[in-house]
Amino acid sequence: MKKDVAVIGVGQSSFVRGYEGSIRELAFEAFREAMQDAGITQKDVDASVFCSAPEYDKQRSPAGVLAEYLGLIPQPTFYVESVCSSSSTGVKVGYSMIKSGLHDVVVVLGFQKMSEITSAESQERMGRGADIQWEAPFGTMMPAYYALYAQAYMAKHGLTHDDLMGVRLKSSTYGVINERAVYRKAVKPGDFKQGDPEAKLAGPVAWPLRVGDCCANADGSSCIILADAKKAKSLSKKPVWILGIGAASEAVNMAARPDFTKGLSVGYGAAAEAYRMAGITSKDIKVAEVHDCFTIAEIMAYEGLGFAPAGEGKQLIREKATYKDGKMPVNVDGGLLSKGHPIGATGGSQIRTIVLQLRGEAGPMQVPGGPDIGLVHNIGGVGLYGNVTIFGRG
Amino acid sequence: MGFEKFGRKSFTAVTKTAKFVDFLAEGKVEGTVCKDCGARFFPPRADCAKCFSKSMDWFEMPKKGKLETFTTAYYAPFGFEADPPYTMGVVDFGGGLKLFARLAKEIKPDEIKVGMDVIIRPFKYDDNQLSFEIAKG
Repeated sequence: MKKDVAVIGVGQSSFVRGYEGSIRELAFEAFREAMQDAGITQKDVDASVFCSAPEYDKQRSPAGVLAEYLGLIPQPTFYVESVCSSSSTGVKVGYSMIKSGLHDVVVVLGFQKMSEITSAESQERMGRGADIQWEAPFGTMMPAYYALYAQAYMAKHGLTHDDLMGVRLKSSTYGVINERAVYRKAVKPGDFKQGDPEAKLAGPVAWPLRVGDCCANADGSSCIILADAKKAKSLSKKPVWILGIGAASEAVNMAARPDFTKGLSVGYGAAAEAYRMAGITSKDIKVAEVHDCFTIAEIMAYEGLGFAPAGEGKQLIREKATYKDGKMPVNVDGGLLSKGHPIGATGGSQIRTIVLQLRGEAGPMQVPGGPDIGLVHNIGGVGLYGNVTIFGRG
Repeated sequence: MGFEKFGRKSFTAVTKTAKFVDFLAEGKVEGTVCKDCGARFFPPRADCAKCFSKSMDWFEMPKKGKLETFTTAYYAPFGFEADPPYTMGVVDFGGGLKLFARLAKEIKPDEIKVGMDVIIRPFKYDDNQLSFEIAKG
């Protein structure tokens, strides 16, 4: 196992609707927890990377402002963005900064305060995370883009609405027990019953996706502290090592997407690269966090990551194989669907979950058997960017 | 200028491919083709990333294709609130050419199927914004 760069501290704010504070105060919540987790002070940190998607709050160039508030000046700091995958991209950047020998300890902080704008404004912002010249003029938004994948996939592979609901039911099982999640209500099949006015999750958003198939906007922050091998060993009793990093990109316009029945190409590309770097296969993964911004996205992720053959992702849900006690536990913290999806904080939150799982500190969400290798799959935009990061216990 | 006339609401005013809108006004949906290497593009591009040529010509898109996938939006982003429900889809013409657009309002939701024959045609909104749409083949 390669031991070059480790995670020595993780933190996350609660993911909430309408955080009562500004972005610097929101960032502090995750930072404080990660620093206390690592047991270090700002003197031990020699650079910081801040990650979010622009145009939710009004702060331009947030890195300097947040670094000051967190006590991380005069160390170098800058901003990284890849929409929904911003903070896993930030971790890739932090890894590179350490691997290059430029820095020993790097703080990667993801944040998003989505509640500063309305839900309709948020849909417009997210739609403009795709092709503003040729697609946004039609009134595009994220649920509609993912629905294009869902429609073609369901038609070819026999995936049903009950299967999609199954993803949400699994998510809810863990959302209920995750104190940091925004959606903690139990979800039952009746919530998806067509034509029942009481069934809050059944209404169409972008058909075939319904309310219950979509993750919720949220405010939140996440923080990952990375260190080189020497510092990790001297500062941390429980380092979790980065074993593999893969990343990929794809054409933005739907007209340039090769095949809507095969899922997101970046998921396949990033996974192949991460497995190669780690020298492992999908069979070695004991616990995973995948980007379930929509239920269909989790099914497609199973296939991109090699957990299921193409078109067979539904079997994992039907067999409950991705529950905590199943053969391949996925999103047992509630995923984006239940935790909420504060864009820039999401990747760091997924990484935190895997780090806690590998340390055996995931509480009621802990996967049994002492998982030693975990994976994070974080997608930006409609498969515009994809990051897969593999972690191992020391 | 000129491209602000494209679509229900354009987010781009200036582009070297703004002539696309003039073609729509003439009743044509056009892509671009590289004069040097022959690569064809839709949506149109002003520059060829295959051979680095900036020399482009226009070509008329095929009219008939198959609907590869679609979705009906029941909510709309800011600025499009008057429109839902509306259906958007991807048309595959074969040979690597595809197109994303809304489907014509006249098509009933239960008539829309993956793989159905469709045509594309220019379309003008009530406020004279110019676009193109997918209709039954």
